[in-house]
Amino acid sequence: NTNMSKRPEHAAPPEVFYNDEEARKYTINTRMIQIQYELTRRCMELINLPKDQPCYVLDIGCGSGLSGQELAEDGHIWVGTDISPSMLEVASEREVEGDLMQHDMGHGVCFRPGTFDGVISVSALQWLCNADKKSHVPAKRLARFFTTLYSSMARGARAAFQFYPETPAQMQLITNYAMKAGFCGGIVTDYPNSTRAKKTFLCLIAGAGGALPTPKTEGDSNLAQTEAAFTTMDRNNRHKKRGEKASYKSRDWIQQKKERRRKQIGNFDVRLDSKFTGRKRKPKF
Amino acid sequence: MKLLTHNMMASHCKGAKGGYPLKVKCTEMTEEEVDFNGEFIARMLPRIQFDALRQTVGEIGLKTSLPGAVPDDAATNETFLKELHHVLLEVQIVEGELECPDTGTKFPIKNGIPNMLLPEE
Repeated sequence: NTNMSKRPEHAAPPEVFYNDEEARKYTINTRMIQIQYELTRRCMELINLPKDQPCYVLDIGCGSGLSGQELAEDGHIWVGTDISPSMLEVASEREVEGDLMQHDMGHGVCFRPGTFDGVISVSALQWLCNADKKSHVPAKRLARFFTTLYSSMARGARAAFQFYPETPAQMQLITNYAMKAGFCGGIVTDYPNSTRAKKTFLCLIAGAGGALPTPKTEGDSNLAQTEAAFTTMDRNNRHKKRGEKASYKSRDWIQQKKERRRKQIGNFDVRLDSKFTGRKRKPKF
Repeated sequence: MKLLTHNMMASHCKGAKGGYPLKVKCTEMTEEEVDFNGEFIARMLPRIQFDALRQTVGEIGLKTSLPGAVPDDAATNETFLKELHHVLLEVQIVEGELECPDTGTKFPIKNGIPNMLLPEE
């Protein structure tokens, strides 16, 4: 199977695979950056943080801090952990706002009970199923990770892990250990019928139960669907009015975002504003 | 590493009972301005272990005007929140070492990043 050999988990342990050269890609390869950005945004949507409140968020496998940047942009304070020193070095060079830590998720989350309002993780969870060292037993590492994660989260807080499951059995194994740790939730698959756009998320809720968010499908327009997830059970926000923030993907929102991007360090190619900014395309396109 | 992160951390060593708070040895410290967000600090108040924070501040030899205990009006007391914000988010440990209070395992901090990897069991 040629596809198998392409999986980075089969190549080397994470701290070896994400070396200086690989880490560098996350600052210059615009396609990789774009993918990271989209996955992070979707994870943030899935954990459904209160919109007008600054939260304390854990980013597991934070890498070069691209995902953290999105958290910071929404006003959240974040802590990132990663096992690869090269990735952390890049994050540190980029002067990300969050606090960084070199840490192996299989050793368990090293935070006190009830610390985080939310947890995100982009493309990291599948690494946990590897046995890279003699002492590694995936089942033990998964169990230790999920039990400590559960306690480190505030009651009712959510975690969203985007990951690339290798086999259905692996997905089952991961989900089982999450449930054993006491989490509610399960797998959400976006665009399940597309080979390229298909994305798998493990969505977990610590404590209070609730329905799973709806996956995205091919028919969705990006505009409406994104906000729809979770709203029915969002008790905290139901009676609250939106703050000063412009509504998602509106013209104001785009302009605010561009303004922030212009101020940020890094070579973001921000387009000039014009009368076409944020304008909808005609449906016939 | 910010002191907020440190205040929330607990050692995950095998055999650690609670593992809190991790002892800090600091050889280099820096201060970096962070936008004040009173709402966030007030929200974090119930989660912060104030005694542990006082202890850490003593360990790294930081001069601060933080009171000995959390004032009753803490959530609305701007001066207190501002000072707490400064200590929690603006002070950073650049070089040093963390130590598990139960097992004595040491975790080096280099370039502001603590290495929490455990020795292989």
